[in-house]
Amino acid sequence: MALLQISEPGMSAAPHQHRLAVGIDLGTTNSLIATVRSGMSTVLQDDFGHALLPSVVRYMPNGDIVVGHEAQAHQSEDPVNTVISVKRFMGRNLNDITNKAHIPYRFVEGADAATTRSLQLQTRAGLKTPVEISAEILKTLKARAEKSLGGELVGAVITVPAYFDDAQRQATKDAARLAGLNVLRLLNEPTAAAVAYGLDNAAEGTFVIYDLGGGTFDVSILRLSKGVFEVLATNGDAALGGDDFDHRIYCWVLDQVRAATDNFAPLTEEDTRLLLTKARQAKEWLTDNFEAQIVCRLGNGILVDVTLTAPQLVEVTEHLVSKTLSPTRKAMRDAKLSIEDINGVVLVGGATRMPHIRHAVQEYFQQEPLTNLDPDKVVALGAAIQANILAGNKSDDDLLLLDVTPLSLGLETMGGLVEKVIHRNSTLPIARAQEFTTYKDGQTAMSVHVVQGERDLVSDCRSLARFELRGIPPMAAGAARIRVTFTVDADGLLSVSAREQSTGIEAHIAVKPSYGLTEDEITNMLKASFNSAEEDKKARMLAEARVDAGAIIGSISAALAADGNLISPEEVKAIEAEIQKLQQLAAAEDATAIHQAVDALNHATEAFAAARMDASVSRALAGKHLENLDL
Amino acid sequence: MQSTPPNHFELFSIAEQFNLDLSTLESNYRKIQSAAHPDRFITATAAERLSAMHLATSANEAYSVLKSPVKRAKYMLEQHGINAIADTNTAMPMDFLMQQMEWRERIEDAKMARDIPELDNIADELATEAKALIGDLCELFDIKQDLAAATEITRKLIFIDKVCADIDQVIEQLDH
Repeated sequence: MALLQISEPGMSAAPHQHRLAVGIDLGTTNSLIATVRSGMSTVLQDDFGHALLPSVVRYMPNGDIVVGHEAQAHQSEDPVNTVISVKRFMGRNLNDITNKAHIPYRFVEGADAATTRSLQLQTRAGLKTPVEISAEILKTLKARAEKSLGGELVGAVITVPAYFDDAQRQATKDAARLAGLNVLRLLNEPTAAAVAYGLDNAAEGTFVIYDLGGGTFDVSILRLSKGVFEVLATNGDAALGGDDFDHRIYCWVLDQVRAATDNFAPLTEEDTRLLLTKARQAKEWLTDNFEAQIVCRLGNGILVDVTLTAPQLVEVTEHLVSKTLSPTRKAMRDAKLSIEDINGVVLVGGATRMPHIRHAVQEYFQQEPLTNLDPDKVVALGAAIQANILAGNKSDDDLLLLDVTPLSLGLETMGGLVEKVIHRNSTLPIARAQEFTTYKDGQTAMSVHVVQGERDLVSDCRSLARFELRGIPPMAAGAARIRVTFTVDADGLLSVSAREQSTGIEAHIAVKPSYGLTEDEITNMLKASFNSAEEDKKARMLAEARVDAGAIIGSISAALAADGNLISPEEVKAIEAEIQKLQQLAAAEDATAIHQAVDALNHATEAFAAARMDASVSRALAGKHLENLDL
Repeated sequence: MQSTPPNHFELFSIAEQFNLDLSTLESNYRKIQSAAHPDRFITATAAERLSAMHLATSANEAYSVLKSPVKRAKYMLEQHGINAIADTNTAMPMDFLMQQMEWRERIEDAKMARDIPELDNIADELATEAKALIGDLCELFDIKQDLAAATEITRKLIFIDKVCADIDQVIEQLDH
């Protein structure tokens, strides 16, 4: 874990220690890493000057793992051990994957259904989860940044498709932690693009971000006003992207070849990957040309030689284009806007280079889309700007992102119906409670099933988690009052708690389902990767605990000096006593005791923190600035 | 941890009235989020992050209630101990019930005919109807302080809101 640099307690932070923070666009096809240098958001390049890292991971016979261009170059020879587009499998199980026959991997359902229902891929390096494979891409980017910036990263903002559900977000966060990154925030890709575009053009008004990537489609509508980026509505399709266009071309090519060949033998895994690669190249060629020739020899000796024209491409992929317009119309309806209200449409994602996509967007919005930023880089650039602010390198006043939850969240009720607790497009963070009751006399337990989606039936929604609230005192049916609270944080991640009101019995769960890794699994994987002696680990843990202690003491001492008058002298004394206890423990050698004392000090300052928060909000509403007050 | 939380109007320091100034509401909402959003507290202590989360959440909830006339009316009645959708509050004028049935029938017909423009028309008519009722509420809440009459109008608005939501759902189904 990255350590924050903290000055001596009581002293203000060093004039300006720049904290290294990055924005990462973990894409289906390509991934990028960017940072803010000398006030400019910049994409970092590798030693060969490449900004884009192909999201391709190859497990080598000698045990090495190769990521990027080199892996991509060998994908057709070694398809089973060369994973592309792994993002499409994040947070998914086997049933979610369509087109299995046309994807050259050996899928395995997670062995232990209770803990890992996530699918896995059989490679020569063993079974790999999408989280582990994504972590390899992130590790490569992290190394690139640390080399280029010359230091350890304080943290990263990782982008995710806005339409990713809770399982997919959790899986992404797990991958980042597995790569040793401190995740400052998960940021929605279209929002990141809006930040980069909006700041670059000093844009004000209502903008649509149309983001068609390699494997995901998002559309977000934002209002930009004086540095506030407020998402009004978002919609999309988490399984629709440039890959699907490749796949359509691939099917078209196969149809042509089959029609011209007698006794066409089934394709090998190598053939499938070769044809998909040729399909992608043809698609890219047709952006600027009228026809593309697809020529290759398959494993069975058959020569493929077909020509695809631009109009044919439009014809075979037309339904995919219209599949993006339906979520677009939904988002417009949810935002209660009409076409005339839109000041600009920004295109994001490599797939938006296709001319017929541009035409479709232009036709729907009746205006020419904006393309003055590189559609491949704009997301990473925006993420870097947000990372720079979150890490504390820039004054807080100039940028605020208000994002929403893309999908409704609810609970299963009687008859397999969904009761929605949080509706889609609610601004984050959000907490909402709903009361439920028992349906049988003497019922002492209640099963809580959390689902995500827009449909009325539980079976049509994604199941996120199940837990039980036990120990409800026996009462008549309908007498118990069970309050279930959903909280979605600024990363878009959900936690759920349930409480029986008369007894106060509680159950709580961070929704970490089936798809992500458990806390223990991550810890173990991280430990294994350090591969260091027990002594080193202990020393590292102690050092981290002391840094944590120093940080909290410094920050609370400063807060007391500034705002100690907000609480009673007794309360100040109580906090000071906890500080002293922590100072003594930090001088000793017991990391666990230090952590406990940090928790105790945090707990002791909750009322103080709330009072300061109220005071700071009153100041904000009164329109005064901090420097005018009693500092 | 905290004393009684402020009501939604107090939170935004605006007068407790139905006819509120939406631009002040919005600008005060943004001021609060600028001070309290969790993004401002990434490197803060756990206690500070907790209170930021608490306040940002309350502000989002209060803002979503106050900016919507229907939710605002329902909330103001709740503040006076009136539950607009309680089972005991069933009285509804016959002409309104008839009109509702008429809307429902038209929606059903449009659905069968897969006629999205007609559904949009019905939604527009409902919006006009709602606008008139919202005008009435300004007077009933803020001038006459006639809560009984305000309750009846609020119930009508809740019904209209529900019909609008149903229209949206039908359009969504047709426009898959």
